[in-house]
Amino acid sequence: MIEREQITRKKLPKGRSLWQDGLRRLRRRKLVMVCFAVIVLYFLLAGFIYLAELFDWKVGPTRWQEEVSESYEPPSRKCIFGTDIFGQSVFRKTLYGTKISITVALCASFISLAIGVPLGAIAGFFRGFVDEIIVWIYSTLSSIPYILLILAFAVVLRDKTLFGYKLTGITTVYLAIGLTSWVGICRLIRGEVMKHKEREYVLAARSYGCSNSRIIFKHLIPNVFHLVIIDFSLRFVGFIHAEVILSFLGLGEAERPSWGAMINDARIELSRGVWWQMAAATIAIFLISLTLNIFGDALRDSLDPKLRVQ
Amino acid sequence: MTVYIIRRLLYTIPIVLGVLLLTFVLFTLVGGDISVELAGKNATPETIEEIREEYGLNKPLFLSWDSQFINHFKSALTFDFGRARDREPVIDKIKRGAGPSLALMVPMFIGIIVISVSLSLVVAFVRGTVWDVLTVIICVAGMSIPYLSFILFGQYFFAYKWGLFPVFFSPDLSTVQYVALPVLIGIVTSLGSNLRFYRTVMLDEMRSDYVRTAFAKGLTTRRVLFKHVLKNAMIPIITRVVMAIPFLFLGSLLLERFFGIPGLGYLMIEAIGSRDYFVINAMTYISAILFVVFNVITDICYAWVDPRVSFD
Repeated sequence: MIEREQITRKKLPKGRSLWQDGLRRLRRRKLVMVCFAVIVLYFLLAGFIYLAELFDWKVGPTRWQEEVSESYEPPSRKCIFGTDIFGQSVFRKTLYGTKISITVALCASFISLAIGVPLGAIAGFFRGFVDEIIVWIYSTLSSIPYILLILAFAVVLRDKTLFGYKLTGITTVYLAIGLTSWVGICRLIRGEVMKHKEREYVLAARSYGCSNSRIIFKHLIPNVFHLVIIDFSLRFVGFIHAEVILSFLGLGEAERPSWGAMINDARIELSRGVWWQMAAATIAIFLISLTLNIFGDALRDSLDPKLRVQ
Repeated sequence: MTVYIIRRLLYTIPIVLGVLLLTFVLFTLVGGDISVELAGKNATPETIEEIREEYGLNKPLFLSWDSQFINHFKSALTFDFGRARDREPVIDKIKRGAGPSLALMVPMFIGIIVISVSLSLVVAFVRGTVWDVLTVIICVAGMSIPYLSFILFGQYFFAYKWGLFPVFFSPDLSTVQYVALPVLIGIVTSLGSNLRFYRTVMLDEMRSDYVRTAFAKGLTTRRVLFKHVLKNAMIPIITRVVMAIPFLFLGSLLLERFFGIPGLGYLMIEAIGSRDYFVINAMTYISAILFVVFNVITDICYAWVDPRVSFD
């Protein structure tokens, strides 16, 4: 009797969740896994620089201030990307810039998620007056061109003291990006929640006596969260590029090297034939954007059930 | 129809008020009193007081007919934005910058649409082949190269090194001369994302039933593409095109900065550098108004062109 039960259990195909299924599809594609490895490398590098600064380790990227050679040394075997005007290694500066960019993009994503997801869910769930207010707020924000809005926020917030905390450098940058870019995610979540709210599982949860907030945060948001992740894997690239443009315009980090500031330096240097600082920053940005673009597309293909049907 | 247009126009009122509220919060409440900054380092208290008087910074924030809050709305609705830091009226600056900006943006805009739509048709023609895959790869790679690198390397090689175009704007150059290279760079930069978008639009259309029917009755691929697919793909294309028009007014911040073109993008960059809130405020408000207006126009065009859109 027991044996028979075991046999039937073995024969039953095991169900896979959306995530398991998606990951299986992803793992089959070699190029996507390579891209994922590159993205992980960037994140590890940023994390490593944080640790190195915290414990005061003397490693390459944290010693970017050192003069390694004469000013404007071209790339050589000793110094992969040459040196800048102060004789600092461009390679070390590029590595350090990773930390700034990843920090800004992560914090900006976090802020815009923290605003966009709950607001979208609340608007889609309650409808009525609350919905109208939230829609009004985001249609107001989206009627101002994105780049202008970010710049306005960055200019006004720069060097301000808010709640006893002085906003400098990258804090301004990620606040400006985060506070302006939650509109897309809010709209997406609102639409999805409006659809999901009519489903049976919400009715079931209500019949158990779940409160509204429990239904929203425990049932609805987890069910639409894969869309958030897909959206953000692609939006992350935009955040990195926005950080580069803001630092380039002098609204970002002033004391430490960042990719945008390196490009700004290169603007003058290029006419003297000093191309390596520009090239290093371009390659760094290009690699992370390319891998994120490919990975984000693959993630969408493997997780979005609507695309899978075709 | 008239009722629909009136209702649609009424919907814009809360949005315009919202934009005004946002700029007030940003530039007056968070931005704060900038009279000390305006007056410079060695200013006497009297000068600071004069500046506060001129910009109305000594008035109450709310709760008065002559408060800063009411004045902010009044000045925006009458398009009178006061004077910039260099004493020139903001509105004059904007009027002056609009010309060069449009001279740069309009050819660029038309170039991008024509090239990417026609290329996307070609890609739809060769879909599924090596060329299709190659185009997608080039598009993604092009999207990943930072905008700044395109501009800098373009300027360095085409203008500085090979001398094909003037490096910077100067008043004695003709419009075509100083606009040529920025337009070219702008088109190349945005080709990647645009081509990818239009390719998706075309391929989505290719999956429709009417395409299958057209093929089934023996039409050639060329006929199906130009007679059927292109016409149906017009709706998403027009939406994207019309919604991009208000952004033309903004000019291109980075292109104008690199090539020294005295347009609105350059004006913005200068305003950011000198923290000139008045100019940034005016630009934000005007571009939002343009956006809202074009949004209404798009909606009305839809209702007019597509019989499936109802007037409710």
